[in-house]
Amino acid sequence: MSTIAEELARLEEIVRQLEADDVDLDAALALFEDGVRRLRAARERLTTAELTVQSVLEEAKGDLRMTDLDD
Amino acid sequence: MSLSLPFGGIGPSDEVWSVTQLATSVKRLIESVPALWVRGEVVAVKVWSSGHWYFDLRDASCRVKCTMWRMYAQRAGPPPEDGTEVFVLARPGLYEAKGEFQLQVTRIIPTAAVGQQQRELERVKARLEQDGLFDAARKRRLPHYADTIAVVTSTDGAAIRDIVTVIRKRWPCARLLVVNARVQGDGAVETLARALRLVNRIPSVDLCIVGRGGGGREDLAAFNSEVVCRALAEVRVPTISAVGHETDVSLTDWVADARAATPSAAAEMACPDRREVARQLDDWAGRLASGLSGRTRLAAERLARTGDRLQAGVQSAVERRRRLLDRLGAQLDALSPLGILDRGYAVPVGSHGRVLKRRAEFVPGEPFRLRVADGDVGARVEPV
Repeated sequence: MSTIAEELARLEEIVRQLEADDVDLDAALALFEDGVRRLRAARERLTTAELTVQSVLEEAKGDLRMTDLDD
Repeated sequence: MSLSLPFGGIGPSDEVWSVTQLATSVKRLIESVPALWVRGEVVAVKVWSSGHWYFDLRDASCRVKCTMWRMYAQRAGPPPEDGTEVFVLARPGLYEAKGEFQLQVTRIIPTAAVGQQQRELERVKARLEQDGLFDAARKRRLPHYADTIAVVTSTDGAAIRDIVTVIRKRWPCARLLVVNARVQGDGAVETLARALRLVNRIPSVDLCIVGRGGGGREDLAAFNSEVVCRALAEVRVPTISAVGHETDVSLTDWVADARAATPSAAAEMACPDRREVARQLDDWAGRLASGLSGRTRLAAERLARTGDRLQAGVQSAVERRRRLLDRLGAQLDALSPLGILDRGYAVPVGSHGRVLKRRAEFVPGEPFRLRVADGDVGARVEPV
């Protein structure tokens, strides 16, 4: 799953493309549909997200391990 | 008539305090004074086998007794020698049993050490500055929508709790990765530097916050360390330094890409407010809709214009052809003998229907026809 940052950046790009002068009707329709789908997904994500808090530990071999942190 | 008592004016209505009442009251008054730093010369140092220290602090005209309990004394290193000038952090108190005003000391720092610390701080600052670690040009912009945020701090401290609270409210889509470090005392510099280097090994981190909550000046010392500052400068994602309270400034604040007054403020800088992002989404939704409708209108207009042009094109082609036909027709007319007759010429035609072109073909007395524009006329050859 892409990050919310990537999703929002893509959305902003879609809006700009759709507003550009040189986009033809077919492309505009495709952009619009893609944009609406992504908008819906982003809204969903914003309202249902729950913060993850993890502690990063370095193991003896140097590997990193993440464990949930109770706060 | 009033009765006069023999004892210096004390009356039955006058309130009389016991010594304990007085001492308790004064003690309460004195102890309401908050802890403060006092500067003076240490004299008459006594170190008891219990571990408590007793000494006096004096200046040119005054002197005050000081007590430093074992739990504080054992953290303070070797006891000061008589005549040392020091800063002490102390709360005023009263030793009721002797009615003695005294200071309860929790910290003691020789003034020379402070001067030395200050000089060391200046040296570190100069080196970091020379190496360009404070340059505005190397400051990176913080990401708009951070996804994974690394936090280098103590997992037991107040800072991480504040950061979690703020980010949970504003930007719960984020993932917080806490890298534990000691933020004061022994090992703070080493664990902070190691934690910062470890951040570079975590995949896909967008931002790093390093900090701690408020504390004494010395508690924040690790954030002035050269090792920590250089490790911070090498973090490969944008960094925010958030050390102590609003008024505290440390060298990490200068090295980091952004400085936050407190850990909570750092959390606010680290992420957007989801309500603002929701408004941004609404704005984009509107722009998508108007973008599409604008595009369809444009297409419709373009189509209409194309149609017009097509029609105009056909019309002009037809027109052109018609004009061509007219011109060609006119040329054809000009070429036709009928057209020549139109201009007043006549053609003589013999009895055999042949056109008479030479004098010899005209026989005197013989009839022939003259063809003019609108028909034939009878004629006869006369001698000239």
